[in-house]
Amino acid sequence: MSTLIKLRKGLNIKLAGKAEKILLPEVEVTRFGVRFADFPGLVARLDVQEGDRVMAGSVLFHDKACPEIKYVSPVSGVVREITRGEKRVLREVVIDQQGTEKVDFGVADPLSLSREEVTDKLLKSGIWPVLRQRPYHVVAKPGAVPRDIFISAFDTAPLAPDIDFVMSNTHGGHLQTGINALSRLTDGRIHISQEAGGSRAAGMKSLQNVEVHYFKGPHPAGNVGVQIHHIAPVSKGELVWTLDLQDVVAIGRLFNTGLHDRERIIALAGPGVNHRKYHRIRPGASVSGILKGNLMEGNYRVISGNVLTGKTISPEGSFGFYDNMVTVIPEGNYHELFGWATPGLKKFSYWRTFLSKLIPGREYEMDTNLHGGNRAFVVTGHYENVLPMDIYPIHLIKAIMAGDIELMENLGIYEVAEEDFALCEYIDPSKTEIQEIIRSGINLMIKEMN
Amino acid sequence: MNFLLKQMKNIEPLFKKGGRFEKLHSVYDGFATFLFVPDKVTSRGAHIRDYMDMKRTMIIVVLALMPALLFGCYNIGLQHTRAFGINDWTLMHMFWFGFLKLLPMIIVSYLVGLGIEFVAAQIRGHEINEGYLVTGMLIPLIMPIDVPLWMVAVSVAFAVIIGKEIFGGTGMNVLNPALTARAFLFFSYPGWMTGDAIWIEGLVKGGGLDGFSGATPLAVAKLEGMANMPSAMEMFIGTIPGSVGETSVVAILIGAFILLVTGVGSWRIMLSMTLGALGMGLLLNATGGNEYTQIPAYYHLIMGGFAFGTVFMATDPVTAAQTNTGKYIYGALTGILVVIIRVFNPAYPEGTMLAILLMNVMAPLIDHYVVNANIRRRLKRVTTA
Repeated sequence: MSTLIKLRKGLNIKLAGKAEKILLPEVEVTRFGVRFADFPGLVARLDVQEGDRVMAGSVLFHDKACPEIKYVSPVSGVVREITRGEKRVLREVVIDQQGTEKVDFGVADPLSLSREEVTDKLLKSGIWPVLRQRPYHVVAKPGAVPRDIFISAFDTAPLAPDIDFVMSNTHGGHLQTGINALSRLTDGRIHISQEAGGSRAAGMKSLQNVEVHYFKGPHPAGNVGVQIHHIAPVSKGELVWTLDLQDVVAIGRLFNTGLHDRERIIALAGPGVNHRKYHRIRPGASVSGILKGNLMEGNYRVISGNVLTGKTISPEGSFGFYDNMVTVIPEGNYHELFGWATPGLKKFSYWRTFLSKLIPGREYEMDTNLHGGNRAFVVTGHYENVLPMDIYPIHLIKAIMAGDIELMENLGIYEVAEEDFALCEYIDPSKTEIQEIIRSGINLMIKEMN
Repeated sequence: MNFLLKQMKNIEPLFKKGGRFEKLHSVYDGFATFLFVPDKVTSRGAHIRDYMDMKRTMIIVVLALMPALLFGCYNIGLQHTRAFGINDWTLMHMFWFGFLKLLPMIIVSYLVGLGIEFVAAQIRGHEINEGYLVTGMLIPLIMPIDVPLWMVAVSVAFAVIIGKEIFGGTGMNVLNPALTARAFLFFSYPGWMTGDAIWIEGLVKGGGLDGFSGATPLAVAKLEGMANMPSAMEMFIGTIPGSVGETSVVAILIGAFILLVTGVGSWRIMLSMTLGALGMGLLLNATGGNEYTQIPAYYHLIMGGFAFGTVFMATDPVTAAQTNTGKYIYGALTGILVVIIRVFNPAYPEGTMLAILLMNVMAPLIDHYVVNANIRRRLKRVTTA
């Protein structure tokens, strides 16, 4: 049985520069990297040194707190360098691709395996970190049994790839195998949330062992956290897992071919690129391949991910572990005379103080200017309008700032991730770093609860 | 523009740490960001941000105050001509007269208030808050025109320091700063804030027409009975004695329209406060009690500072209830209290200011219960699951 859930709250940011639905083959690049910052809260222990030879699927580092969780190389090659930041914090393991050796983890039918065997295979192959848990939105702990597993099958973020287009170019068989593997990990259900109207992709129509839900509404309707909240919210003491649809395919591929291969289809979008198309790419690959000769002249920011939650990378930087798009937008380091007082015909805004509100349907160029200075919270009643959850955003944020664990728990910290608050941060006239506050609250909870 | 920007950048080092005018950094910053939106880019979190900022939020409110301000200028002149029996002034003449009377008050309000804000920002190392742009305009509009300027200055200083800065500045205050200023004057210098003469320019010094009373409709209703009150139409348009910006309901409604269309003001508070006052008025009409209870309920909406308070004061997002449900309760209770104070309090004819200040204090309590309901919903899920 499936249900249609309609959400009214939220906001679709009308950013210009959507990708055309044309899929290009994978571009060869030699530089690959696995970034530690992609895994919030991770304290890593290295398993390789500079100069070591690795295969696709060789362990690069593991979680100090939970050594079974391994992070592996996406390609075969040589570890060129391990970069560190301030206080010698690990930043990235950089690999030069050479050859095509792959670790073979063995073909298996997940339905014939036990829970432990499936878990073991996911851990050994280094594909495990694609599973993330709520509460906290961090890599799932092996050994725990989640109540349910949630998969979002659409993305509503600005310029996000059309998952339907992605899936219609993806092997449907792997998807079903992936679902089967996941079904061994939980006693509950596997929930897939699709956009209202359902998917047209062949592989999506005939899925077995899943419960399908339909969502209708603006961003963040595609966020898995919002979907969980409306399907079966996470209460204190409960645990659910989430993962990206394309990673379900990767898990299926692992069982069907025995290889760690997370090749995925991503969108290259934004006003800063000439040819906005879909690309095949492996996480960790340098984006220089798809950006080569494609970047516009001028000062642009390359983002791995979408404009609300992505990470800034250099034009040679590595594509993020969890991302499904690359966005390029202009930097906003300019002064604007009386910018705060202009009528705003060309300025997209959530607020009705800009004349652009009178023109529906137009798309806008946006840059990285903060458009104001940092202030205390003044405005009320609007943050709720872009957060379709039964949560009081400002009260939760203030509880986090005050470090009040009990209040944070009562106000719903277990249900949220920073991405769910990205729109609150976007519309905030006080320019508060809301996503960072949410993450710091989650980190505090993790520390206090263990 | 480029020239201006270059000049600005040229003098910037003087205000940086170690510069000659380091102590004036917040002043420089305030003016620089007023002229130019800074070139600061996002470094963490969302890469794009809305164009809306605190300056724009505040300037919308100031814009919404303009109709009330302009009408107030005209009305100062109009009331002056009536009190002194002047017959030959044109509309422009009256407006200009009022404008010149009001201007010093606005200047004093901004000079004192912004001065304190600059100092506070410098001490805290923050950027200047724009909140005072609104407060500084509100204060002259809720004063009687004949109040001495030094009193304005003292009340502004009290409101900004005691009412706001000691709590941590804009966004942290419990009481509406503009109303704090007015309440301070109201209790410190009652002779200058109440009575019949203070509302009309020059009348305090005497020399008005024989038998002319400058009493506000509220005072008339209280002291002389309803029969002598101005007509509802006059009160609606605003050609009556009163604080500078509060008299014209029409002008205030234009402001309300601006606040509601832009979404800057809370329709929940405006609606519930109006319904609260109207409901309480109707209830008193039905029950009776004293003579004052017989005033038609809708009179409460057009008399005194009710309209101004509803649109510009009660809706202050910092001091009002912050949850949507809380806003309904807060607004309705404020409206009810206004009418109760007006009708049953023997000392003050007007209740809007005190009702809003009292509810400012209550607002966190209302929010507390609303948020608790949310917490209980969440806990219930655990126990029933």
